[in-house]
Amino acid sequence: MLGGVAGGLSRRVGIDVTVVRIGLVLFGLASGFGLAVYVLGWLLLPQEGETDSIGTRAVGDLRGIALAIGLVPALAVALLVASVLHAGWLGSLAWPFFLSAAGLVLIWRNAADDERALIRRAAQPLIQLGMDSRRSLRALALRVAVGIALVAGGVLALMLGHHNSLLRPLGGVVLVTAGFVIVFGPWWLSLARELVAERKARVRAEERADMAARIHDSVLQTLAMIQRSADQPQQVVHLARAQERELRSWLFEGRLPGSSGEEDATFAAAVRRIQREVEDAHGVPLDAVIVGDCPLDEELRVLLAAGREASVNAAKWSAAPVVSLYAEVEEDAVSLFVRDRGKGFDPSAVAADRRGLAESICARMARHGGSAVVRSAPGEGTDVELTMPRSPVGSDRRASQR
Amino acid sequence: MSSPARPRVFLVDDHQLFRAGVRGELGDAVEVVGEADDVAPAIELIGERLPDVVLLDVHLPSGGGQAVVEAVKVHHPQVRFLALSVSDAPEDVIGVIRAGARGYVTKTISTAELIDAVQRVAGGDAVFSSRLAGFVLDAFAALPADVEVGASPSFDPELDQLSPREREVLRLIARGYSYKELARELSISTKTVESHVSAVLRKLQLSSRHQLTRWATERRLV
Repeated sequence: MLGGVAGGLSRRVGIDVTVVRIGLVLFGLASGFGLAVYVLGWLLLPQEGETDSIGTRAVGDLRGIALAIGLVPALAVALLVASVLHAGWLGSLAWPFFLSAAGLVLIWRNAADDERALIRRAAQPLIQLGMDSRRSLRALALRVAVGIALVAGGVLALMLGHHNSLLRPLGGVVLVTAGFVIVFGPWWLSLARELVAERKARVRAEERADMAARIHDSVLQTLAMIQRSADQPQQVVHLARAQERELRSWLFEGRLPGSSGEEDATFAAAVRRIQREVEDAHGVPLDAVIVGDCPLDEELRVLLAAGREASVNAAKWSAAPVVSLYAEVEEDAVSLFVRDRGKGFDPSAVAADRRGLAESICARMARHGGSAVVRSAPGEGTDVELTMPRSPVGSDRRASQR
Repeated sequence: MSSPARPRVFLVDDHQLFRAGVRGELGDAVEVVGEADDVAPAIELIGERLPDVVLLDVHLPSGGGQAVVEAVKVHHPQVRFLALSVSDAPEDVIGVIRAGARGYVTKTISTAELIDAVQRVAGGDAVFSSRLAGFVLDAFAALPADVEVGASPSFDPELDQLSPREREVLRLIARGYSYKELARELSISTKTVESHVSAVLRKLQLSSRHQLTRWATERRLV
């Protein structure tokens, strides 16, 4: 994750990333060898999408090498001071310091931009140690003091430990590590967290872009179809309406365009499906208003079937420009209202072709404990009220607030 | 309550085509005194021309129509707003109403209904589309459960609950009834219907319950 070495390796060798990662971590824990392998890998494996690695670039980076060589006088001075003071330990510290500084310069100069950002962030606490926010200043000071004390103790133990048993140097290493963890631990943690958050945000952004592409595609298609059928107003209205519905369900209900194949889980979803399908089949807009929601059960399916039939009837026969569909979920009942301002009819003199309404809707509702009231008069439109009491089991009202 | 014969109307919408369309549709029924395409010019011009009714798009390039309502209300409380939008997002609709708009209709409304709505708002009435009625029912229905739990001191039954009659009226509006049909259905006068709707509007605007806002956002987020 850090330098992307595990991923690079796995791609090259053909082993799963996780396996490589676990291997590296185990190696690192066991001997420090894994850590060295990791750093080497980072230097030598080219980053994805680039042809050369940090290592190869560093070799060609003359100015960087010059800069590194520029550190030689500093080394000389350190060695000189050491020999004058007869402090051999300073001399032995100077070499590793010099080598790591030179290495860092070369890595820094040749790292890719995002890797550079990572290094910069890894070095940040060193730079910003004293500049933290005021609130945590005291805690920070304490942490740093404890950390430095531990590191100092560890170094001391290490240096005095050569003529002693094996225990003291080991203790020194532990102390030094503990010191570093105490000083930088919280910050590393936040860095890791940040990385995870960043990754999540990226995934989300990609999802959104993908969705936008789909939406644009479907809108463009609809527009093209509208242009082609410009001489058929009915068809144009139909197309525009279907597109509008799809956009709405995406924007306000979070549903993916084109994902209507599955079974509906809730009452509200089922009502919207009726709206969609009746509009598609009969080209009359259904103005649907839905209040509340609940899971579906057998009784509600009966109610929905009746509602669908009433909607189809209204769309087919009423000649009204729009049909209103209102659904409400209450604690003890669920209601569906289908209303149009169309031709209407005389319920007492129902013609044979309209027997469907009375027969199938009213009878079916009654069989399941519900009720249906159909009111209509010629020239005054039709109003169908369907009510189904809710079974006690499914009475966790407004189960989903969406 | 007598509405002016030809209300002076101001259009705020960022789509020039839509403004032209509405202008044409409204025709001679109203007098269009100006239009604007964004929040700042709208606030300035409305303050200058003082129309009876502002037809306001809920979404504007530099913010919501809500900002226009809030800014104009400070100096010119007599200017009335009717929100006109393609947006179905409950928080937008409830937001602009709570800011002070006297109604909300969708842009797919028919010409006759739009003219009727403008005249109604000019006369001081509230205009509820079926969709807005649905939102309001949903929002207030979600409240009682919260109330029992909290029994919060801020709860005001006068403002935070709908009366059974108001509920009935809203339900019929949600079913697609016009005020006139509704009055006949409930055997009350159109005036009474109007006063019920105005009462609901007042509750919607004055209720201090955060649940109203929360309800809207929750609906969207979950």
